[in-house]
Amino acid sequence: MASTIRVRAVANGDATEVQSLIQHPMDSGFIKDSKGELIPAHHIEVVTFEHGGKTVFTALWGPAVSKDPYVKFKFKGGKKGDELKVSWVDNKGKSDSLVAKIQ
Amino acid sequence: MRKLLLAALLIAGTAQAVSAAETVDPQKDLKSFREYFTSRFPKVQLDDFVNGPYSMDEGLRAQWKAIDEFPPYEFAIEKGKEMFATPFKNGKSYGDCFADKGIGVRQNYPYFDTDKGEVITLELALNRCRQANGEQPYSYTKDEMSALTAYMAFTSRGKRFDIKIPNDPRALAAYKKGEEYFYTRRGQLNFNCATCHVQNPGNHIRTEVLAPALGIVAAMPIYRSNWGGMGTFSRRITSCNTQVRASSLPPQDELYRDVEYYLTYMGNGLPVSGPGARP
Amino acid sequence: MRHFGRIALTLIFGFAASASLAASADDFKAAYAKAEAAEKQAVQMKTSWTTTVAAMKDAKKAADAGKFDDAVKLAQEAEALANASMAQAKDEQAHWQDAVIH
Repeated sequence: MASTIRVRAVANGDATEVQSLIQHPMDSGFIKDSKGELIPAHHIEVVTFEHGGKTVFTALWGPAVSKDPYVKFKFKGGKKGDELKVSWVDNKGKSDSLVAKIQ
Repeated sequence: MRKLLLAALLIAGTAQAVSAAETVDPQKDLKSFREYFTSRFPKVQLDDFVNGPYSMDEGLRAQWKAIDEFPPYEFAIEKGKEMFATPFKNGKSYGDCFADKGIGVRQNYPYFDTDKGEVITLELALNRCRQANGEQPYSYTKDEMSALTAYMAFTSRGKRFDIKIPNDPRALAAYKKGEEYFYTRRGQLNFNCATCHVQNPGNHIRTEVLAPALGIVAAMPIYRSNWGGMGTFSRRITSCNTQVRASSLPPQDELYRDVEYYLTYMGNGLPVSGPGARP
Repeated sequence: MRHFGRIALTLIFGFAASASLAASADDFKAAYAKAEAAEKQAVQMKTSWTTTVAAMKDAKKAADAGKFDDAVKLAQEAEALANASMAQAKDEQAHWQDAVIH
């Protein structure tokens, strides 16, 4: 099965710009379905970006983040060819991770 | 006196309808339609109209450009590609139902089927393909259909819309019905499509920037942030209806297909920009 | 004094009148049938309004709860909305051309 994570990391000078699109329903737990029943909360809680053994970015998500979330950030360091690891964990304990090369 | 006035109006009304049917000139209509928008928005490049609200609002365009680097419809394209390549239980596949194996054909839909005497949209063609091969049809407003059309639109990106209206009275009638639908006020709020997309492109309705009618279907299917997912033209028009308090028709109702035919024709020459992303 | 008397009489008779004219289940059935017939026509003309459908639903709900006065009012509103939607369609048939870009 294809990964839920798409990532594009581009090294630019002394910093690396990272964009990531993650496929996840991000159900808040407050929305009702067509039968009028609450759709149980199912959302990512933590997203971690690691480079060179260090965590360069941590996102703490919850019910307020929309479906298929997108995140964009810059971190100091990183060069072309380096590996960047992206991993997430949701409130049901499910997880996924992906290792991408910085372009 | 009032009775006479009403009678005169009725006669004038019917006389207009008769003469209109005798002189349907889609090419002339297209020219006027296009000129209305290009003269109203002289700074917008013709091809840019397919970007809907983004051609009307700089701030919105900047947000779109940022999202477009990693578009939300990517998942739909991938899913659609996989679905398109998967053969049916009988061994045939979608490619067998379309010209050029269904790759790069979005710009030719909808078309008028002179055998069946009706407008065929891409979605209708896909479901008929499924049914002809022993498969269940997909819902017109859910994700499977829009994943398929997202992939097909993606393979056709940049190709210029080339909707044909054959010199057949039934095709001209469908075109005319589509035009009538577009300009007929409906729903308790009494809006027609033109109220928003001809009279008010670039203006706001609540928090949304309105798109111009020129090229408005070029980006279909669209990922709407509002929906948190993909949707076809059917999904959009049924929700437009409900928003003006008009009860919606079945997704591929003849009237909806006719208006899609009319609108897509009006965007002839503009590029396929689908699948699209909208607020 | 005379003024007060007239007001008092109106209040008494008005109250009595409305009490004696309280709607019954049959009144609701009749009103709802009229609304249904009108809406059926509107649907055929492809001019149905969502508010008509909603009013009919609310009318049924009120009737189920035994609130026949409200139910009849809602059914009558639904009928009026259905008729308005048809008047809209007829009017638009004659005038939509005016909106076309030329």
